[in-house]
Amino acid sequence: MSTWELILQQGVNGLILGSFYALVALGYSMVYGIIKLLNFAHGDIYMTGAFVCLSVFGALSRFLSGWPAVACSIVAAMFLAAALGFLAQRFAYRPLLGAPRLSLLITAIGVSLVIYNTVMVITNSQPLFFSSGLDSSAGIKIGGLTVTYIQMVLLAVSALVMLGLSLFIGHTKTGRAMRAIALDQDTCRLMGINVNKVIGLTFMLGSALAAIAGGLACVYYGNVQYNMGYTIGIKAFTAAVIGGIGSIPGAMLGGLLLGLLEATGTQLLDSSWKDVFAFGILILMLIVRPNGLLGKTEIERM
Amino acid sequence: MIKAKEMMNSKWLGPGMLLGLLAAMLALPLFSNDYVLIVLWNGMFYALLALGLNIIVGYCGLCDLGYAAKFAIGAYTTGILMKSFGWNFWLTLPMVVLVSLLAAILVGAPTLKLRSDYLAIVTLGFAEIVRITARNLDITGSASGLNAIARPELFGLRLTKSIHWYYVFLVLVILFVFISHRVRSSRFGRALAYIREDEDAARAMGVNTTRYKLYAYMIGAVLGGVTGSFFAVRMTAISPQSFDFTQSANILLAVILGGMGKIPGVIAGAVFFAVFPEIFRDVPFIGDARMLFFGILLVVVMIVRPQGFWPERKRGALK
Repeated sequence: MSTWELILQQGVNGLILGSFYALVALGYSMVYGIIKLLNFAHGDIYMTGAFVCLSVFGALSRFLSGWPAVACSIVAAMFLAAALGFLAQRFAYRPLLGAPRLSLLITAIGVSLVIYNTVMVITNSQPLFFSSGLDSSAGIKIGGLTVTYIQMVLLAVSALVMLGLSLFIGHTKTGRAMRAIALDQDTCRLMGINVNKVIGLTFMLGSALAAIAGGLACVYYGNVQYNMGYTIGIKAFTAAVIGGIGSIPGAMLGGLLLGLLEATGTQLLDSSWKDVFAFGILILMLIVRPNGLLGKTEIERM
Repeated sequence: MIKAKEMMNSKWLGPGMLLGLLAAMLALPLFSNDYVLIVLWNGMFYALLALGLNIIVGYCGLCDLGYAAKFAIGAYTTGILMKSFGWNFWLTLPMVVLVSLLAAILVGAPTLKLRSDYLAIVTLGFAEIVRITARNLDITGSASGLNAIARPELFGLRLTKSIHWYYVFLVLVILFVFISHRVRSSRFGRALAYIREDEDAARAMGVNTTRYKLYAYMIGAVLGGVTGSFFAVRMTAISPQSFDFTQSANILLAVILGGMGKIPGVIAGAVFFAVFPEIFRDVPFIGDARMLFFGILLVVVMIVRPQGFWPERKRGALK
């Protein structure tokens, strides 16, 4: 394999990884933008999405197989994750919206512990294996570069979802309400926006996106474990910070960039250092440009 | 160990109880076996970590999710200096303080200028960096860690028995309580409480919030580092698994559920977390699901009683 082909191959791997990060980072960023909460449980919702996808796929295996079954499983995972996100918001976060930020953050850690340990107890700490029955090596070869069909579908789905989300936030009434709440909650209330409903919807949307990522990861990696959300949670946060937390295009850009950087880093360094590399970028980013690439300078209002 | 002064109105009852408790703790080894001493040692060890984290979380209201890293840094600094360089244990302590301070500045200085909640994720990321680095390097003994760390000597006595360590850690707990108390009742401590209650107002009143937050973070890191060094020589073996996220989460839970900022509450929380697995070790379901219950407890406590079970009483507060 020539150097160029190696670079391109790592580029493809980086884009796949990056689209997972971007999908999870979007949920982080949306929730942070709207209620200034680092939703610590977000990585665990991603993990739950992967588990639901795996279970539904197993249940469907008698009737469906291949891509239709994967699609149905992911849709089911989205609904369940959305419900979970809504429940967490309704019962854990909403009572604390006026409380100090530390209480809200600690509650998020509590929610994360609950989801994480529930799945751990259910699965008995064992990883589950997923076989979609799809041919994971079939794909298009260009020179020495291989792009499998699965990779292409993953990228296409991520791109479509992100496009859809941008349109939703930019061009619908609810999307406008979300942006307005991020700016000033009290004024929104005065203007007759049902703030609680929109916040709930934001959580559902963010969780559904994380579940898509979880489902896709399940297909791509072929195994699911209760602790899979932990690292991706921190990395998605890193991605959100790189792009500028609170910014939707920022989260997408940050995710893809982090994926590419990590693929490059893995190539240059030993792969056992790849997490160190990613978290090092987070700290570096906070030193150099804390508002991120696309974030606006935050003006704190009292 | 527990200072119950806040509870009592009488001027002398509090110190009296404190002295009584201290006497009981001092005399206890005369009447108990090794198992009790080891369990109590474990409780005191968690109490030290919780007291250290309490300065960051309880006094200053910052969320540190990677406290295990501070304690790992202390443990590994001592371990490496003793194993690879043949240092005496007591001489490693100043180095531990120095390294802990440097690490705290490296993480805290860029982060604490920003919104306080960034610290939560950055400390989490940093803890992972520390753990993975310890696992990958040769000098830290990679995945199996360092072992056969020598036992230190104190006034010619080699500290090997449980009873020795019981007293060493008792002294450390008293020292940490003293430090915490001094920090709390100083001008600096009042500034921290101000930052915790209302950071914007504190800044408006001329408190240099970034600097004070960094100082609190540094003190917490040093206490964690020192605890880590003693842990290393007590256990004589350390490995990366001792410093994972569960460890950080346990310490944080002890501080928050015990009562943020309140010394006896924090110690009670820590002892509870150390003793709880001992009691329920043989109960099948609770052993696995205990973190699940703690998670639920954490959410409920935050909603119903956000100040913890035994919180600090506000002195002269308006509401």
